[in-house]
Amino acid sequence: MLRKIGDYVILMWQALRRPPKFSVFMRQLVREFYSLGVTSFLIVAILSVFVGAVAAILVAYNIDSPLIPDKMIGFVTRQMVIQEFSPTIICIILAGKLGSQIASEIGTMRVTQQIDALQVMGINAANYLIMPKIIACLLFIPVLIVFSIFLGIYGGYVACDVLSIISTEDYVIGLRSWFDPWMLTFAMIKTLVFSFIIASVSSYIGYNVEGGSVEVGRASTNGVVYSSILIILFDLILTQMLLS
Amino acid sequence: MIKVNNIYKSFGDKEVLHDISVTFEQGKTNLVLGQSGSGKTILMRICTGLLEPNSGDVYFNDRRFSNLPESKRRDIRREMGVLFQGGALFDSMNVEENVMFPLNMFTRLSRGEKLDRVNFCLKRVNLENSNKLRTNELSGGMMKRVAIARAIANNPKYLFCDEPNSGLDPKTSELIDALISEITEEYNITTIINTHDMNSVMKIGQHINFLYKGQLWWKGDKNSILTTDNNELREFVFATELTRRLR
Ligand SMILES: Nc1ncnc2c1ncn2[C@@H]1O[C@H](COP(=O)(O)OP(=O)(O)OP(=O)(O)O)[C@@H](O)[C@H]1O
Ligand SMILES: [Mg+2]
Repeated sequence: MLRKIGDYVILMWQALRRPPKFSVFMRQLVREFYSLGVTSFLIVAILSVFVGAVAAILVAYNIDSPLIPDKMIGFVTRQMVIQEFSPTIICIILAGKLGSQIASEIGTMRVTQQIDALQVMGINAANYLIMPKIIACLLFIPVLIVFSIFLGIYGGYVACDVLSIISTEDYVIGLRSWFDPWMLTFAMIKTLVFSFIIASVSSYIGYNVEGGSVEVGRASTNGVVYSSILIILFDLILTQMLLS
Repeated sequence: MIKVNNIYKSFGDKEVLHDISVTFEQGKTNLVLGQSGSGKTILMRICTGLLEPNSGDVYFNDRRFSNLPESKRRDIRREMGVLFQGGALFDSMNVEENVMFPLNMFTRLSRGEKLDRVNFCLKRVNLENSNKLRTNELSGGMMKRVAIARAIANNPKYLFCDEPNSGLDPKTSELIDALISEITEEYNITTIINTHDMNSVMKIGQHINFLYKGQLWWKGDKNSILTTDNNELREFVFATELTRRLR
């Protein structure tokens, strides 16, 4: 375990340095943007709308009391979406998609000797392969999460409207009540940490595959499992650290 | 010329290379012959700096290469071409991008110059007009040829080939062998070929080094290999019905 953490730190140390050829790096980055980011938009959009709608329904169901004003539903939905649903749940979903994608891509390159071919040419393979993925995730996932926050809140709005839980005016008033910008900062800090976890942990797992296609498959699963577990763990740590 | 001096390599307590000293000569195809598991690939990985030996050194024209930090190896690396056992083409790139890759990394040529060089190399391996094919559209023999084109793209002085004709039909493997030995002589390259194929041996075996269980067991050429009285080598050479009949 300790040894693995050590290996992970060394790999990141090799990966996170200035790329020797900037043009090559940019080309890789654009490619990663496309393969990691753009293809994730649809799934994030669908999930966010539904999760936001479910959140609003659940809140309404649980605080069904005449003493609590209707706008509370909008307020609580907003808080849940910004603080937990979008940054954490969507990142875990993304860990499922991106983690397996990254681990199996790098793992395949390892077992088919493509990484050896890079190293023989004197290329820092960690830097060449892993750095663009990490940077792409750090830039793209926050965009996805902001997008998801808006759609989640919109999902709640649609639920209120379609199911006539409360009037949409009350929902919107709730959305605008007691707004603390620190909440958004908090969400972004979590998102950045989780993005780094997804990209780096699954890269590490893919990079250290030994064997053949069976091991690549296993690495792909491990990429998802370990990044999800670490996201949950860091969710707890960060929430405790930043909100208390 | 590449000199390998007293290489030892073990994994755990399993010794895979024992006191290997050998000289690979310039302008010649130097064969490393041996059964599966005899240590050929490990020796090549040590020569190309993908593995460190437990002890011993590798010299490229009297420049030390083993046990150096990566930054000091770069000059030799850019003179080196490697053909891996499975080709190791980058599957995110097409044929042209694969062959151009070392040029992007090592040279400051303009795009037009690089393209000329790529086309020249592809022509050299009889693959004109396949520039835009993806790697999954290639047959095994084509992959090997693209891999050769990539290995020679940057005019290497040293060429390593790990079983260049494994998994190919006899005709295609003869073509590949002929190609490698032509290139070797044409550009005066120091070429090292790992093989267990007796056909290749008879065709291009100018310098043969026979590995047996991690030891250098015998050195010679294609004529002396047929008359050797070394038992392990005889067993290897006359392992197939065809060679037994030849005798
Ligand atoms: N990472 C490793 N850990 C432990 N043992 C290894 C490792 N890599 C190779 N070996 C062992 O080293 C020996 C030599 O392997 P090598 O790959 O050099 O064989 P080879 O001569 O290239 O065989 P082939 O013709 O099948 O490619 C084998 O017995 C193998 O089991
Ligand atoms: Mg081998």
